[in-house]
Amino acid sequence: MKKTLLSAAFGAAVLGFASAASAATLDDVKAKGFVQCGVNTGLAGFAQPDSAGAWKGFDVDFCKAVAAAVFGDATKVKYTPTTAQSRFTALQSGEVDVLARNTTWTISRDTALGFNFRYVNYYDGQGFMVPKSLNVKSALELSGAAVCVQSGTTTELNLADYFKSNNLQYNPVVFEKLEEVNAAYQAGRCDVYTTDQSGLYATRLALSNPDEHVILPEIISKEPLGPAVRQGDDKWFDIVSWTGYALVQAEEFGITQANIDEMKNSTNPDIRRFLGTEKDTKVGTDLGLTNEWAYNIVKGVGNYGDVFERNIGSGSPLKIARGLNALWSKGGLQFAPPIR
Amino acid sequence: MTDNSIRAPATKRASTSLIYDPKARSIFFQVLTLVILVALVWSIAHNVSVNLARSNTATGFGFLAGRSGFDIGQSLIAYTSDSTYGRAILVGFLNTMMVAVTGIITATIVGFIIGIGRLSKNWLIAKLCTVYVEVFRNIPPLLVIFFWYSGVLAILPQPRDAIQGPLSTFLSNRGLTFPATIWGEGAWILPVAILVGIVVAFVFRTWSVKRQMATGQQLPNGWISAAIIIGLPLLGFIAMGSPLTFDYPVEGRFNLSGGANIRPEFVALYLALSLYTAAFIAEIIRAGIKGVGKGQTEAAAALGVQPGKITRLVVVPQAFRIIIPPLTSQYLNLTKNSSLGVAIGFPELFSTGSTSLNQTGQAVEMITIMLTIYLSISIATSLFMNWFNAKMALVER
Repeated sequence: MKKTLLSAAFGAAVLGFASAASAATLDDVKAKGFVQCGVNTGLAGFAQPDSAGAWKGFDVDFCKAVAAAVFGDATKVKYTPTTAQSRFTALQSGEVDVLARNTTWTISRDTALGFNFRYVNYYDGQGFMVPKSLNVKSALELSGAAVCVQSGTTTELNLADYFKSNNLQYNPVVFEKLEEVNAAYQAGRCDVYTTDQSGLYATRLALSNPDEHVILPEIISKEPLGPAVRQGDDKWFDIVSWTGYALVQAEEFGITQANIDEMKNSTNPDIRRFLGTEKDTKVGTDLGLTNEWAYNIVKGVGNYGDVFERNIGSGSPLKIARGLNALWSKGGLQFAPPIR
Repeated sequence: MTDNSIRAPATKRASTSLIYDPKARSIFFQVLTLVILVALVWSIAHNVSVNLARSNTATGFGFLAGRSGFDIGQSLIAYTSDSTYGRAILVGFLNTMMVAVTGIITATIVGFIIGIGRLSKNWLIAKLCTVYVEVFRNIPPLLVIFFWYSGVLAILPQPRDAIQGPLSTFLSNRGLTFPATIWGEGAWILPVAILVGIVVAFVFRTWSVKRQMATGQQLPNGWISAAIIIGLPLLGFIAMGSPLTFDYPVEGRFNLSGGANIRPEFVALYLALSLYTAAFIAEIIRAGIKGVGKGQTEAAAALGVQPGKITRLVVVPQAFRIIIPPLTSQYLNLTKNSSLGVAIGFPELFSTGSTSLNQTGQAVEMITIMLTIYLSISIATSLFMNWFNAKMALVER
């Protein structure tokens, strides 16, 4: 009996004490002097430590952008690698301030899990990868296959729904860690690898023989990936969301890391307001930051297009096309609400 | 009497001051400890509920009845993505029990053989058993599990090049596939006949022993019992028109389809846990046997008992008394270590539990459920082993 109480107490203590983070995340962040950012344990192009141990990637750059907005210094960020399973507990408990870990925005995560999503930094969809030698042309031919998938993801649920609705049989091979899924696929434990298409491109690159694997044309789900924060702190939620929108807006204005200082002299009132050079502007201070917030973001990491191309687009080994993630003015979905 | 004279002043003082009364003091400190413990648990529970309410996280156990939406690769009971979270946890629990039970049986047998082997007078056998114990005892179980898993995956061929064994069995890196049995109408006769057979065999044996006592004539009890237990179901089976068909595995486009399948994850976990725990059990067995006084063996030998019978009838029964309590901890360890199966994707309790946790986000509830289940398994095992220990313990007359 004593044992029961103790173990229950311990379990509760771990969860209880950790979630004692206070509501004013911005004050906490300022007090400790850095942003604690939850990222993937290692997904090429999105979040991965390089050979020197420095984190690099699309999601990592978002973390840096938040740090730049808050501190004016993109380096004031620390990373917590999280698995698909540990990420939500990490955010709920206050271990991380923001979760930028290619996480799909769904209604249950927005409500029952107690998170807030708004800005989507990557519009994705779930796909399948198979070895070329299997000669598969469509996902509808996959009946009877063993499918490798990461547990606790929307991917796992979409997979079950897709095969059920198309009346196909499959054999799930489920792992908690991405590395384990990759190893199992590489070892031939399963015939098919499924995750978001961006993840498939990244994973294929990490295989020993990328040319022998093909990504099937079907996209079976909508996966809007974006940063998440805890509910109940609107100020911090605003900061994180608008950091994302500032990246997109900068691309729309044509402001880059290189030309930002001359852009400061622009006469365009929209740009002047954006960069905080307009007289008596209150955009940044109303957000709880300085008026140079957007300047600092772009100076720190560049605009959305730069971040995209550098990490996962043409400037990277992944070579993912902009597709849905092009600006709205270029036929994509990336759209920032007006900054005024 | 001396006892009284020493205690007398203490009781005398107690009547003057409660502080110096050892009994009152001990009660006071016990109550204090309990109060602190209760306050601690209450404050933690309160903290959790306040924080959960503040973070707008859903709470309560209602989610258990909701549709899970995810599939599980290996299940002993019917399960689809339409089943509930509660059933997903049940599937995990049964898988944990499957590994625990098969693992405990194998570990005990292997451990017994290795433990006795270490005491062998044959130099090679004794050394081989020592090497086994030292190797497995000194490697972390997770590593042993990975070793078997990657070993199984690396050595076995792809399903298209599966090794074909007799009776339509196939071995590949998707596991061992063999014909599944489909029981037709009237198959109930089998379990019934086996039960009846066991009862009849038992009755026969009692009668036979009585007869031996009375007349001194011996019957081949073992053979006759075996004939009854096997023969009766066989007769019944034939009488019902052999209600058994097989579902043979056939090569599909990706995998073998049809038949039954033992997955490599289970095999890896089962082998790793069995062989790992066997090393510890071997040491317990050796200690138990060593713990039986040398005089016992010598006395038996002096009476002319054969060496094999000395081990079987004199040493082992006495060794059991020493062996059972530490053996219980090893059984508990094996059961708890089965949660390491999550690392290789075996859907045991911790694996299906944490997937449910992640899909619902209800960490506190799910962890409480998992804690409770593991604790119940452990307590049940302990109770059983304590009962068994009491039964085996030396009855002094």
